[in-house]
Amino acid sequence: MSMTFDDGTFIRTEMVTPLPPPVRRVGAIGWMRENLFSSVLNTMLTIVGILAVLWLVPPLVRFMLIDAVWTGENREACLGPGVGACWPFIKAKFGQLIYGFYPIDQRWRPNIVFAAGLVLMVPLLVPSWPLKRLNSLLFFVAYPIIAFVLLTGGNINASAFLFERFGLVHAITGDVTVAGVNVAFWVDYVLTALLVMAVVGGLIAALGGNGRAAARAAMWVFLAFGALVLVWDIDFGLSYVETRQWGGLLVTLVIAVTGIVASLPLGILLALGRRSQMPIVRLLSVIFIEFWRGVPLITVLFFATYMLPLFLPQGTNPDALLRALVGVALFSAAYMAEVVRGGLQAISKGQYEGAMAMGLTWSQMMRLIILPQALTLVIPGIVNSFISLFKDTTLVLIVSIFDFLGQLRASFTDPNWASPVTLYTGFAFAGLVYFLFCFGMSRYSLFVERRLNTSHRH
Amino acid sequence: MTEAHSIVPSDELPAVHTPPSREVAVELVGVHKWYGEFHVLKDINLRVLRGERIVICGPSGSGKSTMIRCINRLEEHQQGTIIVDGIELTNDLKRIDEIRREVGMCFQHFNLFPHLTVLENLTLAPIWVRKMPKKEAEELAMHFLRKVKIPEQANKYPGQLSGGQQQRVAIARALCMKPKIMLFDEPTSALDPEMVKEVLETMVSLAEEGMTMLCVTHEMGFARQVANRVIFMDAGQIIEMNEPNAFFSNPQHERTKLFLSQILH
Repeated sequence: MSMTFDDGTFIRTEMVTPLPPPVRRVGAIGWMRENLFSSVLNTMLTIVGILAVLWLVPPLVRFMLIDAVWTGENREACLGPGVGACWPFIKAKFGQLIYGFYPIDQRWRPNIVFAAGLVLMVPLLVPSWPLKRLNSLLFFVAYPIIAFVLLTGGNINASAFLFERFGLVHAITGDVTVAGVNVAFWVDYVLTALLVMAVVGGLIAALGGNGRAAARAAMWVFLAFGALVLVWDIDFGLSYVETRQWGGLLVTLVIAVTGIVASLPLGILLALGRRSQMPIVRLLSVIFIEFWRGVPLITVLFFATYMLPLFLPQGTNPDALLRALVGVALFSAAYMAEVVRGGLQAISKGQYEGAMAMGLTWSQMMRLIILPQALTLVIPGIVNSFISLFKDTTLVLIVSIFDFLGQLRASFTDPNWASPVTLYTGFAFAGLVYFLFCFGMSRYSLFVERRLNTSHRH
Repeated sequence: MTEAHSIVPSDELPAVHTPPSREVAVELVGVHKWYGEFHVLKDINLRVLRGERIVICGPSGSGKSTMIRCINRLEEHQQGTIIVDGIELTNDLKRIDEIRREVGMCFQHFNLFPHLTVLENLTLAPIWVRKMPKKEAEELAMHFLRKVKIPEQANKYPGQLSGGQQQRVAIARALCMKPKIMLFDEPTSALDPEMVKEVLETMVSLAEEGMTMLCVTHEMGFARQVANRVIFMDAGQIIEMNEPNAFFSNPQHERTKLFLSQILH
């Protein structure tokens, strides 16, 4: 019975049973009519799109594949008229592009680092695989330590920390080594730790906070770092490879991964600091964030490389790559902080009140309720930062660190491979490599977003 | 704000008769609060006995929500004394946490955590605040979910439930902390008319068990059925306070009369 309007009153006598929706997409033609030619404008755009594809794709395919040179020993192979991409050039330079000037007989070390990273990271990225806690412990704690030892060779010969810089410890302890460990360094280290604990604890207590807890936190930081130094000080018999010899994709990945892994927690802390009720914490966070956002990355790298050594006490000369790393990490942390703050602002007051009313402490509330939701909301922004960080790493070129792109440009100068297509080939390859990494991050973030979207799941 | 059809007729339901004890659960003495220049709470004096059920009504902006939110320090009072479960509320974070552990609260908009399942919403506080083993917390949570009659929804997310179910989850969540006092801040105002009843029934059964309750609500049927006392507030002050029969049949203050004539037809 259908409803009619010839009368003002109506009482339903039978319920309408649900029917399947009308079929609108019939086959390929139906789909095309709906999506490509639904209106005049849409039809025109479709035609323009097809023309653009026809204009761009065939020459690209011809250059990259059909006319490309696949074998050859030097530039001779790539000189002919109408020659496409010169792939033998990439093949010849491949080692350099990946490892830079890392000693060839030691390349197994970065290889292990690459392989271990992959083996530890992939299971971490697949949500359904078990042992997440152990896995993240291995990836975030054990892996960086091992990677450091493998890549540099370890055995850092720790000799001076703080007091020794002013020659204060050595004079008393003398030149004593116990089981390969420099006693002066550890006396220095413990003294520094005590000093920092006293200063931090005193400051926090003076500001009305829990001084004892702050001192304890400082102690844990020193203990953890001390353990690190102890491991790095062990002589594993690996030859020392200074970071100046590192290069290529190795450096790109080292900077990008360290930047990514360091910037997120730092950014979260800064974002929380900026929204803190404590005026001093808030002020410091604002100053930090605005400072790093206010200077270009190039300036940061320049400062870290050429000016910082002028300010540091003599004898301290942190590694050039390390300085660049710290610069990149702090720089991206400031951006990350603002992304995270955006997420924090999107969380309604009700969530805070719900958590507080249950008696959760501030840190529990943040960790369990607010941050999981805020971070989920800003995954696109976070990954955006990661991707731009990944590409920005190439700026380290200006402080003479040869990352992937830097190494590529260096290889263009090789007269053995000078040909009209060398440049195009190189950049096509670099574009492909960067695209794979960035596109991978982007797709993975979409996957995570969909997976974490519980609030509207039905 | 209040709709006539959402009021449960009082004659349909038997009144709850759980006598309160002599112990004081919540005491407010000379409490004042300002939002900037605006004097939102003026000289509030209220003593709630253990097991007592207080319904607070009044026009919007009268300070009812602010008053009960002061009891678990979601709002800070600036003058006067608030004593909850024998503990005086001060700036001492330890005391605030201690009080919040004993005082459950339900909100107008439920404030469930959308990224956690219903079960996780319920077990969160017992696990992290009471340090209860997960297994035990889950048993406790299921117990209270059965009590609010939605055990089958345990593994869903709050977004998948109806408003009435969400509010019942919120009540169960508060109960999982085994609170001594429950605060309700307009628990049915955001619900569709058809869902008000299921939430009120849950609250009535809670009252029958002798829970100390402070409810900000306009459900006058509920007030008649369970309240020991009804409080009417306006302009940040307690205007009238009486046991429900006298309050509804014979209001004294002109403002109360006007208010009641507006919401009871």
